[in-house]
Parts: sequence; structure tokens; C-alpha cells
Amino acid sequence: MNKPMMKGATIAVMGLSTLAIAVAAQAEQTLNIVSWGGAYSMSQQKAYHEPWMEKSGDEIVNIDRSGNALAGLRAQNQAGNVTWDLVDMLPADALIACAEGLIEPLDHDELLAEAPDGTPPTEDFIDDSLTECFVPSIVYSNIVAFNTEMFPEDKQPSTIADVFDLENYPGKRTLLRKPINNLEWALVADGVAPEEVYDVLETEEGVQRAFAKLDTIKDQVIWWEEGAQPPQLLADEEVAFGSAYNGRIFNAMVTEDQPFEIIWDAQVFELDGWVVPTGKLDKVKDYLYFATDTQRLADQAKYISYGPARKSSSDMVSTHAETGIDMTPHMPTYPPNFETAIPKDDEFWADNNDELTQRFNAWLSQ
Amino acid sequence: MSDSSTPPLTTADGVPLKVSLRRAVRRSKLKALLLVSPLLLFLGIAFVMPIFDMLWRSVDNPEVSTTLPRTVSALEDWDGESVPDEPVFAALVEDLQEGQKERNLGLLSSRLNYEKSGMRSAVSRTARRLRTLEPPYRETLIEINDAWGELDTWQLIQRESSPYTLSYYLAAMDRQFSPQGEIVKVPEYLQIHATLFWRTFWMSAVITLATLVLGYPIAFLLANLPLRQSNLLMILVLLPFWTSLLVRTTTWIAILQSQGVLNDVMVALGVIADEARWQLIHNKTGTIIAMTHILLPFMILPLYSVMKTIPPSYMRAARSLGGRPFLCFRRVYFPLTIPGIAAGGILVFILSIGYYITPALVGGQSGRFITNYIAYHMQTSLNWGLAAAIASILLLVVVVFYWIFNRLIGVDKVKLG
Repeated sequence: MNKPMMKGATIAVMGLSTLAIAVAAQAEQTLNIVSWGGAYSMSQQKAYHEPWMEKSGDEIVNIDRSGNALAGLRAQNQAGNVTWDLVDMLPADALIACAEGLIEPLDHDELLAEAPDGTPPTEDFIDDSLTECFVPSIVYSNIVAFNTEMFPEDKQPSTIADVFDLENYPGKRTLLRKPINNLEWALVADGVAPEEVYDVLETEEGVQRAFAKLDTIKDQVIWWEEGAQPPQLLADEEVAFGSAYNGRIFNAMVTEDQPFEIIWDAQVFELDGWVVPTGKLDKVKDYLYFATDTQRLADQAKYISYGPARKSSSDMVSTHAETGIDMTPHMPTYPPNFETAIPKDDEFWADNNDELTQRFNAWLSQ
Repeated sequence: MSDSSTPPLTTADGVPLKVSLRRAVRRSKLKALLLVSPLLLFLGIAFVMPIFDMLWRSVDNPEVSTTLPRTVSALEDWDGESVPDEPVFAALVEDLQEGQKERNLGLLSSRLNYEKSGMRSAVSRTARRLRTLEPPYRETLIEINDAWGELDTWQLIQRESSPYTLSYYLAAMDRQFSPQGEIVKVPEYLQIHATLFWRTFWMSAVITLATLVLGYPIAFLLANLPLRQSNLLMILVLLPFWTSLLVRTTTWIAILQSQGVLNDVMVALGVIADEARWQLIHNKTGTIIAMTHILLPFMILPLYSVMKTIPPSYMRAARSLGGRPFLCFRRVYFPLTIPGIAAGGILVFILSIGYYITPALVGGQSGRFITNYIAYHMQTSLNWGLAAAIASILLLVVVVFYWIFNRLIGVDKVKLG
């Protein structure tokens, strides 16, 4: 046998065996799903993964890497070995990954389930939330929470301005070690109306004004980087205030009975959802259809206080799975919570994050 | 000469001895090479190639030239003094259409956004409207995004159109190209890298000095105590050396934090008040303490290996000639240990300017090193070109120090035991 023929034969044998594996994998496969970890991954496990594993026999592996998902996708793509099958990601990162061709463009009406009344997905998801490569699953919110036991009963904080008021509300604060949210809140605390925040931030004076306001509390701030830190610091009474994702605070309040309270004033809300790495669509198509249908999104709200991204799911939000409390008033979208809410401006941050982060880091190291 | 007078020496089978010897040596050399070839291959793939890849990445600049080839060539005979005319805009639209088809506009917009904030949305907004665009494009594009009507946008595209760039190195040194192409400092509120380089170097120097002060007496004891005690001492030096870096770092967190062991003891003893606990971690102090401890064996071992070779009789001779202990130490013993000090010093210094995990865990904001910024640009900002440029500068510094060391002391003096 000469060499090229042998090579051909080897390839044929290898091809057959991969085919055999592929056929076997059709029935039971392992899905590597990347998400945020903690209470959030737990809610996905309960609402999506467990029912799906029971239904299909697939194995689901949780990977807690969403914090660096874009870097991970890029690195895997460059190495030519993409091991992630489905990634939970922020819409701003999804825009970038999509433009770089790292993730699959999706035909939403084709791939996703209709609402129970037959409304097509493109109309059922929150307006403008479906972008080319992205399927949202939740609305979550960045809020500041406080430990009620660290303030006298008749003098509890209630607005974002109180977070910047060291005189009346003394104590350490913990904030995310990024400019995002902090600059918005600094401006609101300085008297800018929530709907004008990004217009002001577009100007150099606005940025200076935000940093000047942050300066007033700088030496009282402990900067956090992992979502699990602020609830912990609040629980240990290391800080009086902490910025956090609302679901984590809810979780600490309800399941761990912590004496926390959320300041909904000037909450910065945004979406979060799924993207499919390039080449993985066939593998995860069925799971994606299942995990984004009306029932599943409504189910997730039983475990964590993030609002479902489908309109048809909103009415089905009921009570917390363990404690049975009504989930509605804990949702970012509950009208009294939503009055002064700021929708995070993805485009502003896509444009300015590089420069503002460098400026923020330079400010921090002064 | 000798060739003509005496016949050349040969082996038993008549081959000249010289040739035979050369053959034997060549064979054993080949064997040796074969034995080390897996290691060489491994070093090549895992060490040399990544370094060259990094050096290359720090100047690689393919985004503009490959994504906007038509625009770049249309800009060739542009005067650079006012916003270009219609042909350039038409070329841009054509390039963007193609880029959208190939899905590589993301890299282009990220690249341009590093240099000018707002370029990301300029590219993506324009790309979204491409299907409905009709010529003439100039006015429409400027209407879609102001950036296209700004002179510096075009100067930027023209400047970054070459396949190699110095922009990443400039950014790593807090500098940038002005729109006119001159190298200028970035505004003060954006300056961060130079501060961090400087901090990395002086803190590494302090750490090196601290390991020397602490390590010198220990190395002396190791070299001079009777074997039984010195073996025990050696184990005490080596045990932490064998313990995981993370374990040692987190132990320091447990000891030094404000609710930690040290503060608790001090409060219990009444040395400090409960409200005035020492802030020993998440700042420069924390980094220096933890790294000094972690790097201490790298100072002790080379010192020990040098001190062990100094015959005790030298000191005795000096003493018997009437020198007081300190004078004998300063004039006789200390000069003999200088190669060990230099070897330990260079080892600790080079290791510490490249340290990453310990400053990240105990350094807080003020005790961070430039390496933490390399990680930041790798993982978070995804500006790999800038990460590569910073890393290359660090590599250059290491090479310079190594070269100086080799000139002054010689690398063969570095021994770990």
C-alpha cells in the first residue's frame, strides 16, 4: 500500500468512527454551558438544566466563566478549539463577539419557541432586546443595598444620593471596581436626572463632575470584583452600603435571612442572555429552544429575582420556590421599583469603556 | 612540517587517529542531542515560540490595512488637511460592506476605538445602515455619525494603515500619536502605565533588599552550624519553598487582615486600640511582606552555596592578625560573599518584577504591579496588543538586568545549593 492510499484509508476509518460517535452523541451528549456561577447558575440549573437533562438524557456541565466570556471565546476561537457550547453573556459583549464572528447569527423566529398564544418570538421578547446573535433570558439590575442594622431605625437611607452622603450615613461602601454604574450614580447623586445621565457623561465636564463626586467618598470605598463579595461584606458588617446585582441581594435576604434592603432609586438595569459560539448551533439548538420558552423563563423567576425577558412570562411569575413569598415586588421591573430606573446604554459603554476604564484605574491609583 | 617527516597516527584498522576521534566525538554529540531533543522541542514550542508570538503581536497591526484596503489606497493622495471627498467615502462604504460580509468589522472597530473613543459605534452604526445607503455617501455618513466628519478620524485611519504600528508601545508608556503624528503624552487623567512600571521596579528593589537583610544571617548559619543543626535549618527554609504559592499568600491574608491573627493579638495585648487596627494588607505593605517571605529561599540558597565554599580558616586568619570581628567580616568575609548576594539579588528581583498572583491577592489597589495590568488587558479589556507591548518592555528590562549581571558577576555563579 503506498502512502497516500494509506492516509486515505486512515481518514476513512477515522471518519466512520467520528460518524459513529456523532450518531451516539445525538441521543446523549454533554453540553458545556458557560454562566455566572453562584445563585444565578443555581437558578438556571433548577429552571432549565435539570428539566432538560431529565427530558433528553443530555449531560450539562456548568462552567463559571461568564465574567471573562468574551476573552474566553476569542482565545478558543484563535486556538481553533472551541469547547464551550452555549454562553451566558451581556448584550454589549454579544454585540462585539457578533461583529467579530465569534458567535452565530440567529434566526429568532425559526429557532425559538412561540408564546403560548402563538405570538412569534420577535414580538414576545422585550422590545429591541433580540439582537443579531443574542437571545435574552432575564432583566437584571445593578442596585445599591444596605445593611439595615447599621443605621438607626428612624434614619434609614432611601436614595442613591444617601450613598454619597458620608455625614448622615457614615460607614464604608463597597462598589464595583469599574466605571460602569458608578459614574451614572455619581451624577444622579449630584443632581442629574436619571434620563439625562448619558447625555451629561458624553461631555468632558460631565465625566469630570462624576469623578469629582466619586472623589468625595473614595477613601471610604472597598472595591469589589466578584459578584459574591458585596453580600458577604454587607453580612459581615464590613460595609454599610454595597453595590450589587439585585438577585444576589434578594437571595441573601430571603434564603439567608440577612437584614438587607435594596435602594431601587436609580437602579441601572440591563439584559443578560444566551449566545452560541460559532459552529455549535446544531448541537445546542434543541436546548436553546427549550430553555428560552415562556414556561422556563417564568420558572427561573421562582429561584432568583430577575425579570423574565419575555412578555408572556411576566404574568406567570409567581412565588419563590422555597419560601413561597410573592416574587413580584422584588422584580426590577415592578413599577414602584422602576420609577427612576436607568437603562444601561450599551452603545455608550461600547464606545467609552476602554478610555473610561483607563481613566478610572488611573484615578484609583492616585 | 611534521606531516612530511612522520606518518600520521592511525588506529588499528588504518584510519587516521584524528578522523576516528572526530567520528567518535560526533557520534556522542549526536547521541546527546537526541537525548535532549524532546526538551529542545518542548522549549521551542512552549517558550521560544510564545515569546516571538508576543513580540510580534505588540507591533502587529493588520486591522485597518486588511479591512479597509480600498479606503487606505483612496487616502493615499489625500492632503490630510480637510475631511476627504466622495471617492474616499465611497471606498469606505465598499470596504464596510465587504467587512460585514466577512464578519471582521468587530476587530476593526475595537482597534480604532483604542485610539479614539466613539469609533466602535461609528463603525457599527454605519454598518447597520449599509443596506439602505445610496450615493453620494459623504453627507449621509457624516449624518449617521459625527466621527466621519472629523479630521482626526481620517488621520487615524491613514496613520494606522500600515501593517505594523508603534501605538501599543506608546500606550504602554502613557504616550500617543497626536493627530499630526507627533508623539505626545496622554492627558494626566489617563496616565497609569508609567506609574505602575515605576512602582513595580522600586517595590521589587525593596523586596530584594528585605530578602537580603533577612536571608544573609540565615545563610550564614546554614553554612557554619554543625551538620545536625544546619540540616534542620535547611528543612525549615525548604518547607515553605515546597508549599504552594497560593497557600502561602492566603495564609498571609489570614494573618495580616484587619480582623486577622496579628491585629487580634495586638489588640488583646493592648498595643493598639480596637478601632485603630493596622491596615497591613490590600496595600503596598501587604505585597512587600508576602512577597519577601515567598521569595526568601531564592536569596538564601545562592548565598548559602557561596558561603559554604568560604574556608573558615580565612576568618580565623584575619582574627589572628588582630582584626576586630566587624572589620574582619567587612574586609574578608563579606567581599567573598558578593557573588552570592548578586546571584540572589538578580534572582529575586527578576522573579518579583514578573510576579502576578501575590500582588493581585494582597496588593489591593495601591500594591498592584504592572503584571496585573498585563492580565487586565489580556482578560478584560482584550487589548492583546497593549498587553504584549507591556510584557515586551518587561522582558527587555529583565534581559538588560541579566546582561549587566552576566558582565559583572557571571551567570555560572547562580547556584541553588
